[in-house]
Amino acid sequence: MSKFHVSTTVNGDTVEYLCDPRETLLDCLRDKLNLTGAKEGCGTGDCGACSVTVDGRLVCSCLMLGVEADGKQIETVEGIAEGDVLHPLQKKFIEHAALQCGICTPGILVAAKSLLEKNPNPTEEETRYWLAGNLCRCTGYDKIIRAVMETAEELREAS
Amino acid sequence: MALDDRKTQFTFVGTRPDRPDGLDKVTGRAKFGADISAPGMLHGAILRSPHAHARIVKIDTSKAEAHKDVKAVVTRADFAELPFQPGLEGEFWNVLENVMAGEKALYDGHAVAAVAATSALAARDALKLIEVEYEVLPHVTDVDKAMAPDAPVIREGAADYSVPEGMHPNIVRYHESGHGDVEAGFAEADLVIEDSFVTEATHQGYIEPHACLGMLGNDGKGELWCTTQGHWIAQKTCAALLGIETSQLRVTASEIGGGFGGKTTVFIEPVALALSRKANRPVKIVMTRSEVFRATGPTSSASMDIKIGMKKDGTISAAQGVFRLQGGAFPGAPGDMTAMCAFAPYNLTNVSQIGYDVMANRPKQAAYRAPGAPMGAFAVESVIDELCKKLGLDPVDVRLKNAAHEGTKASYGPTYERIGLVETLEAAKAHPHYSAPLKPGQGRGISCGFWFNHGGETSVSLALSEDGSAQLMVGTPDIGGSRASMALMAAEVLGIPYENIRVTIADTATLGYNDVSHGSRVTYASGLATIKAAKHAVEKLCERAAASWGIPADAVKWENGCAIPSGPNAGDFDPRPLADITAHMGQTGGPISGHFEATPEGAGVSFGTHIVDAEVDPETGKTAITRYTVIQDAGKAIHPTYVEGQYQGGAAQGIGWALNEEYVYGDDGRLQNSIFLDYRIPVASDLPMIDTVIVEVPNPGHPFGVRGVGETGIVPPLAAIANAVSHAAGVRMKQLPMSPPRILAALKDNG
Repeated sequence: MSKFHVSTTVNGDTVEYLCDPRETLLDCLRDKLNLTGAKEGCGTGDCGACSVTVDGRLVCSCLMLGVEADGKQIETVEGIAEGDVLHPLQKKFIEHAALQCGICTPGILVAAKSLLEKNPNPTEEETRYWLAGNLCRCTGYDKIIRAVMETAEELREAS
Repeated sequence: MALDDRKTQFTFVGTRPDRPDGLDKVTGRAKFGADISAPGMLHGAILRSPHAHARIVKIDTSKAEAHKDVKAVVTRADFAELPFQPGLEGEFWNVLENVMAGEKALYDGHAVAAVAATSALAARDALKLIEVEYEVLPHVTDVDKAMAPDAPVIREGAADYSVPEGMHPNIVRYHESGHGDVEAGFAEADLVIEDSFVTEATHQGYIEPHACLGMLGNDGKGELWCTTQGHWIAQKTCAALLGIETSQLRVTASEIGGGFGGKTTVFIEPVALALSRKANRPVKIVMTRSEVFRATGPTSSASMDIKIGMKKDGTISAAQGVFRLQGGAFPGAPGDMTAMCAFAPYNLTNVSQIGYDVMANRPKQAAYRAPGAPMGAFAVESVIDELCKKLGLDPVDVRLKNAAHEGTKASYGPTYERIGLVETLEAAKAHPHYSAPLKPGQGRGISCGFWFNHGGETSVSLALSEDGSAQLMVGTPDIGGSRASMALMAAEVLGIPYENIRVTIADTATLGYNDVSHGSRVTYASGLATIKAAKHAVEKLCERAAASWGIPADAVKWENGCAIPSGPNAGDFDPRPLADITAHMGQTGGPISGHFEATPEGAGVSFGTHIVDAEVDPETGKTAITRYTVIQDAGKAIHPTYVEGQYQGGAAQGIGWALNEEYVYGDDGRLQNSIFLDYRIPVASDLPMIDTVIVEVPNPGHPFGVRGVGETGIVPPLAAIANAVSHAAGVRMKQLPMSPPRILAALKDNG
């Protein structure tokens, strides 16, 4: 089967790849662009470990085809920090031990950042429902929710 | 091991610094199992049986082999010939039989062949070219049915010496223990309750599927990268299955995306190596989620009968349990563990327990956090709760009255050393949660839980650098922040800052054998070895300082990161900080390092008590957990935040097991729910905050008092939640999970 040429923007960089029409955006990010921060936990859109944003919208990159990324703006976990300056969420996750094994962390950070951009003052319930698509098996979510809520508070105070 | 130098005052231990791998993990940089590739790499894929039980008549791989993108195809014939032996000696055979079926496919999802091709898609496509002829056989997936006289036999001769004559061949291990006279004890009771309980199989549910990259040359030398809880067991097992020397295979553990016991064995690793040997190229295999569910790690399902007698004052006069555990198509279901743990929290005069390990046509069970213990606790603590209710007694008071303490003869035999169960119960009683008012429709449950904890073979090295920093090499994969704990313990001994210690999970070529990260052993055993290795380095530092001062080494002691003269007669010298000694070590005798290896045996058993509030919706049968408190003895919390994390994670997994999670098999013996949509683990909106109380009753077997904390946290939840739900619903729930349909059915039966 012939491959498609895709030209897209990932974390601000212009990138190109050739992909089989059956390959997902996640496959392309990981295997063609070597951006292995997004993880495949399920391949069915149930775990959120592959979360990225496409033109600002939060998606499971395992549910989108690589060819659909053409001409889009994609943001992954690798683009959250600005240079060597971590995003407040990243700092807070480390400080709160909001990760144990860390496999869900990239997806949760992408999803949480997306939440705070849309809703700078989420309630605990809103935070829990927004992150309900991101499975974590280690933490029981307690420290994750606290880290997100506290980051939101700090960002509000700073702005 | 003499531990007379036990520490009680700490500088670093008990603080909460950032974890050393934090930056890598929040930036996406950390390399997990699937995050690696190699030049010339092929992709492997595995063909799996669609049948629960079938004789493999013929496998025709010729079409797959002829495909231009396919570089190798393997079946069972490509592995070493290992003789089948009953009993534990045959475990390599069992693992081989599990990673690649021999004469029969034994469960839905059992591997029968594998291919390596130039892309992942090509490998997946090529599987369709393999033709397998099956003769479908009768199957059984239920534990009670698998023990019935007419049950299909999974494999003749798999039972070991422990099984009494005349039992069904599917019963492969038998355990019996206890003490006293239970019949006399029941006769003394004011109330005896006897009941039966069932739990379904669950999966560990780690978010990272199994993944590996293997290279094996025809010179018998190989390299393996894999996500595992123990790379030495992976090394030993893969070498055995492939017929190569253990030391010729170097295994490196990737960052691990959750294990919980499920990554303590191998599944795809020997297959990748066999494909690699045949193709002479590196082969990467990554499981799909469906493969993870169908072919790896579920727990046992269980069927249990409990009988407990209690006096009016709450004293348990006798306790008896029969625990039947189904562990898939291989020996290994922890019926013995369930039996031994079930009554372990209590000081009992008369106790008897029987455990069965039963085979059925399901995947080979794997350990899951305190394997076997949660099921038994569910059954036993449910009956205790019912006794408390009927006798009008407070459930915490009754547990305090019967609680095991130092000197108690445990239900499973030994006599307890210093333990902390009473302290967890007292903390529960004093906790505001226990006395908080409940709303209508809510119920409160409590339960105790026990786990043995484990020591295991351990080898650790520590090397000092000229600038006074230290590199610590441990062999236990970091599954929840253990590198932070190791660095804290090393800092405590060396007296240098936590940040100056770099902890590495060393590969199999770097250290001697290290047992798996299981049994809650890492902070205990690798921690103990880290402390000893650091002390070994300190001895050498003191020797160098002594030599520079011209005094005997025993006239020097180590304090706050410096060598100092140890008494008025030692002479008057300025303290020499660690970095001052290491700066000159090249000229004063060479590199300074410390090493320790042993099989520590003082792991120290662990107890916890959980309090949970549940609210049941009588219209839908849905349960909401409204409040949850975990109280557990950690001995000494090295990094308290990560101890809390273990407690919270254990509780959350327990909530999933209690309310939702189960393996659902159809009549055809096929798994019906092999994706996360259908096998629903708790999501953020399902859970409340999980409160924790760290009790610290030091373990006499560890220099800093550590008890492992990883596993005990999943033991009480099933029972605590069942008790809460039973009170909320007004009907005793005897089967897990308490999913909405089961609760509705129970409510209906109750009128």
